[in-house]
Amino acid sequence: MEFPKDLKYTKEHEWVRTEEDNIVTVGITDYAQDSLGDVVYIELPQEGGTVTKNEPFGVVESVKSVSDLYSPVSGVVKEVNEELIESPEIINGDPYGDAWMIKVEINSPEELDDLLTSEEYQKFIEEEK
Amino acid sequence: MSYIPHTEADLQRMLRDIGVGSVEELLRDVPPDVRVKEPLDLPHPLSEQGLLSLLRQISSENSTAGDYATFLGAGAYNHYIPSPVRHIVGRSEFYTSYTPYQPEISQGILQSIFEYQTLICQLTAMDVANASLYDGASAVAEAVIMAGRITGRKRVVLSSAIHPEYRQTVRTYLRGGDKEIVEVFYCTEKGTTLADAVERVCGDEPACLVVQSPNFFGCIEDLASLAEVIHSRGGLFVVVVSEPLSLAILKPPGECGADIAVGEGQSFGNPLNFGGPYLGFMATRSEFVRQMPGRLVGRTTDRDGKTRYCLTLATREQHIRRDRATSNICTNEGLCALTAVVYLACLGRRGLRKLARINLSKAEYLKERLISTDILEPGFTSPTFNEFTMKVKKVTPERLLSVLLDKGIIGGLALRRFYPELKDHILVSVTEMNSREDMERYATGVLQAV
Amino acid sequence: MAFDDPFSDKPLIFELSREGRQGVEPSRCDVPERDPEASIPGEFLRSDIEGSPEVSEPEIIRHYTRLSRLNYGVDTGFYPLGSCTMKYNPKVNEDIASFEGFLLLHPYQPEELCQGALRLMYELECYLAEVSGMDSVTLQPSAGAQGEFCGLLTIDAYFRDRGKPRKKVIVPDTAHGTNPASTSLAGFRAVTVRTGKEGVLTLDTLKEVMDNDTAALMLTNPNTLGLFERHIKEISDYVHQMGGFVYCDGANLNALMGIAKLGEMGVDIVQFNLHKTFSTPHGGGGPGSGPVGVKKILEPYLPVPRIRKKDDRYTLDYNQPRSIGKLRAFYGNFSVMVKAYSYIRRMGPEGLKKASTVAIVNANYIKERLKSTYHLPFDRACMHECVFSDRFQSQYGVTTMDIAKRLIDYGFHPPTIYFPLIVHGAMMIEPTETESPEEIDRFIEAMKEIDREARESPDVVKNAPTRGIKRIDEAGAVRRPVLRWQGSGGGG
Repeated sequence: MEFPKDLKYTKEHEWVRTEEDNIVTVGITDYAQDSLGDVVYIELPQEGGTVTKNEPFGVVESVKSVSDLYSPVSGVVKEVNEELIESPEIINGDPYGDAWMIKVEINSPEELDDLLTSEEYQKFIEEEK
Repeated sequence: MSYIPHTEADLQRMLRDIGVGSVEELLRDVPPDVRVKEPLDLPHPLSEQGLLSLLRQISSENSTAGDYATFLGAGAYNHYIPSPVRHIVGRSEFYTSYTPYQPEISQGILQSIFEYQTLICQLTAMDVANASLYDGASAVAEAVIMAGRITGRKRVVLSSAIHPEYRQTVRTYLRGGDKEIVEVFYCTEKGTTLADAVERVCGDEPACLVVQSPNFFGCIEDLASLAEVIHSRGGLFVVVVSEPLSLAILKPPGECGADIAVGEGQSFGNPLNFGGPYLGFMATRSEFVRQMPGRLVGRTTDRDGKTRYCLTLATREQHIRRDRATSNICTNEGLCALTAVVYLACLGRRGLRKLARINLSKAEYLKERLISTDILEPGFTSPTFNEFTMKVKKVTPERLLSVLLDKGIIGGLALRRFYPELKDHILVSVTEMNSREDMERYATGVLQAV
Repeated sequence: MAFDDPFSDKPLIFELSREGRQGVEPSRCDVPERDPEASIPGEFLRSDIEGSPEVSEPEIIRHYTRLSRLNYGVDTGFYPLGSCTMKYNPKVNEDIASFEGFLLLHPYQPEELCQGALRLMYELECYLAEVSGMDSVTLQPSAGAQGEFCGLLTIDAYFRDRGKPRKKVIVPDTAHGTNPASTSLAGFRAVTVRTGKEGVLTLDTLKEVMDNDTAALMLTNPNTLGLFERHIKEISDYVHQMGGFVYCDGANLNALMGIAKLGEMGVDIVQFNLHKTFSTPHGGGGPGSGPVGVKKILEPYLPVPRIRKKDDRYTLDYNQPRSIGKLRAFYGNFSVMVKAYSYIRRMGPEGLKKASTVAIVNANYIKERLKSTYHLPFDRACMHECVFSDRFQSQYGVTTMDIAKRLIDYGFHPPTIYFPLIVHGAMMIEPTETESPEEIDRFIEAMKEIDREARESPDVVKNAPTRGIKRIDEAGAVRRPVLRWQGSGGGG
């Protein structure tokens, strides 16, 4: 299982990549996709909508489970991965690449400070097991 | 005990293998003060033969459509059931199976439900149907809750010409929610729900308008005009059908602007059975499928690439979404849906339409015969299908029905029970089971009631 | 030409359709036939039912007979689906339910013409009350979940009646999904309470979540781990002390008949699943029947009508001003009641007790004989079912799903899997009392054989079923939903 060093993580199994200025990309981790199994459906917010840190922003479903997606940051949704909505199964193949979910313009970069590093996240999921 | 194979020796052997001396040791977690000390106070066991004779006697304490000529409908219709229906539904591979959680050994029930969903879509002209709900009444309640979920609105507008027990069921289902129910009164002349009456009560933000057609009085509603009103306020249009045979000749809900079509499928091969089990059906437009309650069967493939079926979109349901599920329904009316499939296959495209015409013809015949007695007159002016309301003149409906009963005729339902203002009215249903001779006897009986 | 394969994919009834064929035609119309246009305006009429099938009777029979052979029922073989109580469905009950005196009875017939039906319902209410230790029973709910909903609504009505509505219902983490779903539907908020280390509820964890806004604790006893909630008395005393009610989901009542009464445990409301405990068939997913029993204090809130008996005459009583109303039209799934009534009369008090006793012995026997092969999360005497996990087999990449599918190859229906949720990779096995010791032994042998395969040749298990119909792609069905047939073009 992979947990790229350049990403930040949440205990709800989302990852965050800082793109440029105040834009971040959000997705779910390798561990999350593996626990879910075959992902079959994803619900994401509309472009232009807002997301709030620690609040649900979407839903990811496998055949026999459903999980809320919790936003790691607050801000405005600048872009939504429409291709992922069309073909949710790509999450199982490339959770950190093609299966990114939303790009958010964040209100305050400080919000990123309390997110987990790769090592911290790996330690967290070891304990959770 | 013939349903339990174990002999005393079997039980002793098993207890020994478990490593206990007695059953009591297995029950050590059950506190002594909750244990049953005396045998249960129930009748002594009967042999199979004794059971049959007792139950035959109890059943003979009922009189049925076999003993009386019956003209009762009101949400439960006495139709002929073709023989193949009983034979297929009686196959124990079907009736002794559980909900098809394991699709590899449940293709029989799964494919038949897929066929059922298709048949309901064809009849209602909707996009997608679920695998069944409990009955017509609870299906209406589920539709109302679904409409609230889709629109995010609270006001539910019910036509007062919907089956009274369906409306009562909606009220019970909504007890715990934040919905507000308003009823729109039927037109006393036409017996139907009028668009301008809906306009007056629906407010700015109705969640839905619910109308039954043919309605409880048997009257056919002008669905298209009602759809227009509710849609202009951004609400959903829910159409209820309690006599689904009418769908064979009446314009289907989907062509009249319905967003959700629900109803009772009992007429399709399910016996009267004193009110249940019946078959709640629900169909809607594709865009609302994820808001639907109940099971859905979808088409897929197996590892050999063959076409197969399985339960699908299950994340809507209670076993996965738990307190946020679209409904709490789990066990539904699977076998009643299979019954409907085989029934509809037997009647077929032409047969069903022909049967509907026979029902209509007979109802019109009886209506005219009753009018000719000059003791009954139509209660309302709207067109009807196989059920109609009559106003009784010169005698009370109760007296009329009791005279008919003495002559072996159950003449219909006195409406006073549900509509105090219709104290002189009765509801009469006619199906292919009512012979011309029965109808003549009915008309003669009416004359003798005065 | 290919040889017929019973497991080939079957055409749909629509694909068998040929224009002009007819199954069973309606009988001749003995009054003058009338054009619908003569009495109904054209704008209200349709001209066809597009796509509706035209098939002859022999084709219909063969089509559905072939489909039935792809279906596994209790009559086919062992069906150890946990918490579903797939016991044998006595044939005589089917015969009885088809008596014309039941089958052709209209629900609105005058009461004097349905005294037999009302008597049967009245007596069945009494029997269920006796089995459970409750004071009053309604037969109206159509299935277990509707029974839960009914019970919760009566609780809500009770509190509202006193002007003090309560908003919370506590549900253990082992509960069936219907419990929290019914809770929400009834307008309550479901609050989860964790099961203790020993697989049962403890008073201490309950106290952490219980308060005086809690209307009820909704538990299942025995719970879905198959364990008796042995602190039930202290728990219900405490709930009562806090002014709340104890609701018991009766899904697992097959463990208790003649052994323990819920009423004695402080339970105030229970729903019965006649299609589990009382032997009525599940019908491929219904119809069921979910009567509700309550203590006296809740009786005024039960749905209408109530059945009354006075001088050997039975009546329907709608005059219940505090009733929650109706959950459905008419009186419930009557023919299911007929079968449950017949079952109770056939079994008698000793028979019901023996059913529960043997169900418990069968479950403990399976538990003891498999616990060295499969991981048993809670090792103590169980009631009528037991729960294993795939912990040992998952080391070889074999999951509960694989084991379930491999059981199909051995001719068994799989257990309930991945439930209860608190056991990772759960397999919940409920043998019931109607399986012979020999059948149980065969099942145990198959489970042991699958474990051996998991270690030695895991691919065989992972590719199961290998005979009959191969593993079905459930993910594909969700990704591209096709929920109906749409003409010979296929499509969805």
